[in-house]
Amino acid sequence: MEIPYTISTRPDTGLWNAKIGIWLFLASEVMLFGGLFSAYVFLRLDAAPGMWPHGLLNVPVGTMNTAILIISSVTVVLAWAALKMRRYRAYWWYMLATILCGIIFLVVKLSYEWPQKFVHFGAYIKPAALEKYEQYLGNHHLTERGLPPRLEITGHLENHEALHDPNVKEYEIAMDPVNADPTNPAMDRPHFFYVPPTDKVAKIEKEDVERIDSFGPWHSTYFASYFTITGLHGLHVLGGVLVFIYMWLPVSKKVYQRNPEHLANRVEVSGLFWHFVDLIWIFVFPLFYLL
Amino acid sequence: MNNPPDIAQDPAEHEEYAHGVHQHVSRYLIVGAVLLFFTLLTVALSYVDFGGFFSWLFHVQISPATGSKLNIAIALIVAAFKVSLVGLIFMHLAAEKRLIYRVLIFTGFFVLGLFWLTYLAWYNPVVR
Repeated sequence: MEIPYTISTRPDTGLWNAKIGIWLFLASEVMLFGGLFSAYVFLRLDAAPGMWPHGLLNVPVGTMNTAILIISSVTVVLAWAALKMRRYRAYWWYMLATILCGIIFLVVKLSYEWPQKFVHFGAYIKPAALEKYEQYLGNHHLTERGLPPRLEITGHLENHEALHDPNVKEYEIAMDPVNADPTNPAMDRPHFFYVPPTDKVAKIEKEDVERIDSFGPWHSTYFASYFTITGLHGLHVLGGVLVFIYMWLPVSKKVYQRNPEHLANRVEVSGLFWHFVDLIWIFVFPLFYLL
Repeated sequence: MNNPPDIAQDPAEHEEYAHGVHQHVSRYLIVGAVLLFFTLLTVALSYVDFGGFFSWLFHVQISPATGSKLNIAIALIVAAFKVSLVGLIFMHLAAEKRLIYRVLIFTGFFVLGLFWLTYLAWYNPVVR
């Protein structure tokens, strides 16, 4: 027995099964991401001055990934349109392009963006010792301009053994430009291009450091929300790519040959999911990368 | 149970239908280009100091904290515009069946409730 309403629509709702199914699923997804975004708003509003970092993510790479997701949204809707026009060959190419976009997005995220964060360190200075490191923090300059203070010295940790060895009394950090030249007005706002740490090394006594961590989820509520939301979003991208691969393989051509409209409907619902994933990213990108 | 075919089997009629889809294709491409443009725009706008700009424009004093709130508001307006384009055109919400709108109205209602709970927790009417 065949499942009813996979292709034709129900007379009462005017919808086929999968269409209503995917929208109910997306409704639950809105609640899932809505919960995380509301947590983001909550954490950000209550962050103490200087405790919500800016400019720590690579904006050009984030922009490129946003563009890749938008392009993939276009190709998936073109794949669906190609099926509606019964052009299987065009569908096949558009679907391949969509799959490649999804894979590029994930590769950039997992092989470049995330790992780069794990080797970058930040040392939060104890409030009592802030004045001692003023030459790296530039807080007098920031107060004059009415900007939030800097509480952290960031860069590449030169002596990793300091993390574990109690005999090493200092952390040596090759500082980011923002700490190497803190009173330069150009450092008041984040840069568009990623600027690697300088050669200038700060020696920070361990007893002056409140905590030191790499830019992982353990670093701050900012990075905790960043990794949670982009991680969950990445899992959605992976899920979408797997579904698209299934629909691109020869096994789906059989569905097309039996009834092209059946495959078109499958592509439409998985496309709806994909657009939703794109839509989430449209919010994630400015909230984490730009603001 | 056999499903009745969803599209007319008459080739002439299908051709007319396919022609309609064909017209949509150019719309999808335009929307894609608009989305890419607004992505670049939102990046560019994030480097504009709106606090400074508005204090120059209206001759008022705007603190950097308020200025950064202005930047957030502007970025969110651009994001909302992009998201509505994706929803209306790519997800076909511009012309959908009534049941789907009903599901989405419920979703919107509950998600606003969720944000309201967060707001209550942040505002903390008991202590503040």
